Amino acid sequence: MAATNNYNNIPADKFRFVDKGEFIHDKKFDTKPVSYFQGAFRRFSKNKGAVVGGIVIACLILFAIIAPFFTPFRPAYYDMVYAYVTPKNSLFANSDIDFWDGCRDKDTNFLGYIKDYALARETGRDVIKGGVDNYTVSEDGKNYSYRYDTYYGVGFGKYKIISQEQFNAIQEYQNETGRQVLYPVVKASDRPTLEKNKYDANIYYKVEDPKVSTLRPKLDENGDIIPNYWKYEANDVPALVADYNSLRIEGENGITEDGTQYFYAYGRKVDGGIEVRAEYYELYIYEHTQVKQDGIEEPLFLFGTTETGKDIFACLAYGARFSFIFASVVAAVNFIVGVIWGSISGYFGGKIDLFMERFAEILGSVPTMIVITLLKYHMGATSQALVLFIAFFATGWIGMAGRTRMQFYRFKNQEYVLAARTLGASDSRIMFKHIFPNGLGTIVTSVALVIPSMIYSETSLSYLGIINLEAGNTTSVGTLIAAGQKSIMANAGYVALFPCLFLVLLMLSFNLFGNGLRDAFNPSLRGSED
Amino acid sequence: MYMFKYVTKRLGLMLFTFFIIFTMCFVLIKLLPIPVNVLPGQDPEIVMATLEGRGWITNVKEGANGVYTYDRVPILIQFGTYIKRIVTQGDFGIATTYGEYVNQPIWNVFVNHLPPTILINIYSTLIGVPIGLGLGILAALKKNKWQDQVINIFIILLISVPSIVLALMLQYTLCFKLGWFPIAMSTSDDYFTWEVFRSMIPAVFALCLGSIAGYARYTRAELSEVLTGEFMLLARTKGLTKKQAIYRHAMRNSMVVIFPSILSEFVGVLSGSLIIERMFVINGVGGLYLNSITFQDYDFFMLLSGFYTLVSLTAGIVIDISYGFIDPRIRMGAK
Repeated sequence: MAATNNYNNIPADKFRFVDKGEFIHDKKFDTKPVSYFQGAFRRFSKNKGAVVGGIVIACLILFAIIAPFFTPFRPAYYDMVYAYVTPKNSLFANSDIDFWDGCRDKDTNFLGYIKDYALARETGRDVIKGGVDNYTVSEDGKNYSYRYDTYYGVGFGKYKIISQEQFNAIQEYQNETGRQVLYPVVKASDRPTLEKNKYDANIYYKVEDPKVSTLRPKLDENGDIIPNYWKYEANDVPALVADYNSLRIEGENGITEDGTQYFYAYGRKVDGGIEVRAEYYELYIYEHTQVKQDGIEEPLFLFGTTETGKDIFACLAYGARFSFIFASVVAAVNFIVGVIWGSISGYFGGKIDLFMERFAEILGSVPTMIVITLLKYHMGATSQALVLFIAFFATGWIGMAGRTRMQFYRFKNQEYVLAARTLGASDSRIMFKHIFPNGLGTIVTSVALVIPSMIYSETSLSYLGIINLEAGNTTSVGTLIAAGQKSIMANAGYVALFPCLFLVLLMLSFNLFGNGLRDAFNPSLRGSED
Repeated sequence: MYMFKYVTKRLGLMLFTFFIIFTMCFVLIKLLPIPVNVLPGQDPEIVMATLEGRGWITNVKEGANGVYTYDRVPILIQFGTYIKRIVTQGDFGIATTYGEYVNQPIWNVFVNHLPPTILINIYSTLIGVPIGLGLGILAALKKNKWQDQVINIFIILLISVPSIVLALMLQYTLCFKLGWFPIAMSTSDDYFTWEVFRSMIPAVFALCLGSIAGYARYTRAELSEVLTGEFMLLARTKGLTKKQAIYRHAMRNSMVVIFPSILSEFVGVLSGSLIIERMFVINGVGGLYLNSITFQDYDFFMLLSGFYTLVSLTAGIVIDISYGFIDPRIRMGAK
């Protein structure tokens, strides 16, 4: 062993100087430097949950920005006739899938069925999805169940009174487009007698007993309903015919019975105008495309409507847009004020800190609810968004200030800060060049986490009815949820479904996103609150 | 001794804050126009006399066409009268515009509405604490095993799904679809019958789900931190079984942090159940508060604002104070 490792006798010429005559410099890193934020971003993108959360948030924001442009409906729009119509998507409406087709499952008795059947026969629409025979009867024959189209099922609603000009305009429209809006009316003396049924324009057929409350249609030998239209002879008393003819639809030749030609009456002159039977679906299209011209082409509510006939899709889109804009603005203002307040308080410490802390503490212990109520009393009901803004600002910046203060306390006695001070840096330079950037990560995270809680507070306040944004021509997800709760009784669960889904997605993704941000900015805190 | 000093200091500070907020509320309320809307069936003369008697207005004169003119009493004097009445007679005023309670003493109405709110919170705590702690302990002991994963997902879901949605879902499934419980709470005054209890269950359930998740998350974090402590290793080294070590050392130490949060949550939840009370039509303080806002009954609003402020302030200091009693390691007020 000793022979091989003869260290003591290594010949001198085997040695050479490593750097004879040259200076050694630090080698440049081959790798690129990673800044704090790049590192944070790298850590963030490794966190799958957070990335998914971020993507979902982006989608929701995109929905809030874009959706209002794609729907002709507005939050202020409502149509009581189309209340509680179910969600309908034109993709699914004509398919066999019983989903998103504007229908709902209906269980009814024979009389209920025959009413829908009569409507389907007269208008030629699929009031019963898949045709009038597409129903199942229970074993005892009492219960009929089928997919009932909530749009066409509205039918005629009540008899409607319109003016002669409107009547003419509708006639013209009918002739132009070939769509039938007006249908023959039933003579007043032929109608059911009870007040409740008298003005029901859906009953155009003969009934067995017009005096009872539950009408039973008179059926012919084939088991079919018999129309009860008001018809008159083409060659009747000329004075009357002129009157009738003004209400005749051009090109409509009525029917011929036993060699006599009859015309149908399409209207009945009453006080204040003409009483007509207008199919609501067509009338709706006519009203919106011809009269109001507000961009609505047909009744098609993607997410259905509420009990007052508001379009849920539009309300949700506008509500979401308001929520996002509102929360971002409040968060930004809170951020600015909180950072300034917190950095002054945290940096200078001492008496200033004590005073500022007390002030913030007292202000922060006023419950938000009370602030909002007081503001509402003083500012009235018209500026509710402003009330919300002031209230959320008044109570929100305190948390931000507290967090900034903590960061300043953490960094202000560190060596690099002391060094900067020794070198003569001014207070504001130390605060905003040296300390603040180090605390920025934590502060930004808290901003991200504040946004969903703000949206949630706004939602709950609207739900409770303390704030009503509908006065300001927008709406809130909370108002929709309140409407959804009422609709539970009406077995219209979808009203609550979409707003709730929106809220859940928002909260869940913001939580994931915020936790990811926190872990990325403060790797040492990883999982501390899980 | 410093314990006593600390507690009195904190309480004093709390009362000071409360007084400032209460005064601010009073002044802001009194700056508003006085609601002298005479309800149908009320004698305007009596209404005026009541307002004058309460010390709000003075110099009431009836004008020619039945319109009354009056001067307002300065706000600070009103405040003095108000405080004096409260202190000497326990009189918080009478309802002037709140429909069904007009001319009733506000304090009595308030006390009548307290039981449902408190009961629901007690029930929810009784259910929520054991389940929440149990889940948290299980998750901490089985950390990173499947039990932990399942509980974690459960916690994240419960925390992220807002209580408003959770309550709505519960109401829809339990009350409407399954029909197990009535949709609204029974209005009976007999709070301890099965019927009333049954009608409270959905609300209790909705209320405690959120706190279960909170407790579980907190317990898990706390206990798993304690379990890694060196004194646990010592306990095992000196011969305790794992069970003994966990029961005697880990649990006790983690409870130091968890217990105060339970106390605080219990107090704080009194003010947080407005949504639940509204949704399940509970005849509690929350409904009273919301209605007093709509009716603009300012005396009601004053009392309830005071109540809610007091509740939230108490919840804030309960944690700090109870730490000192439970954990001798924490020296309070120490600089």
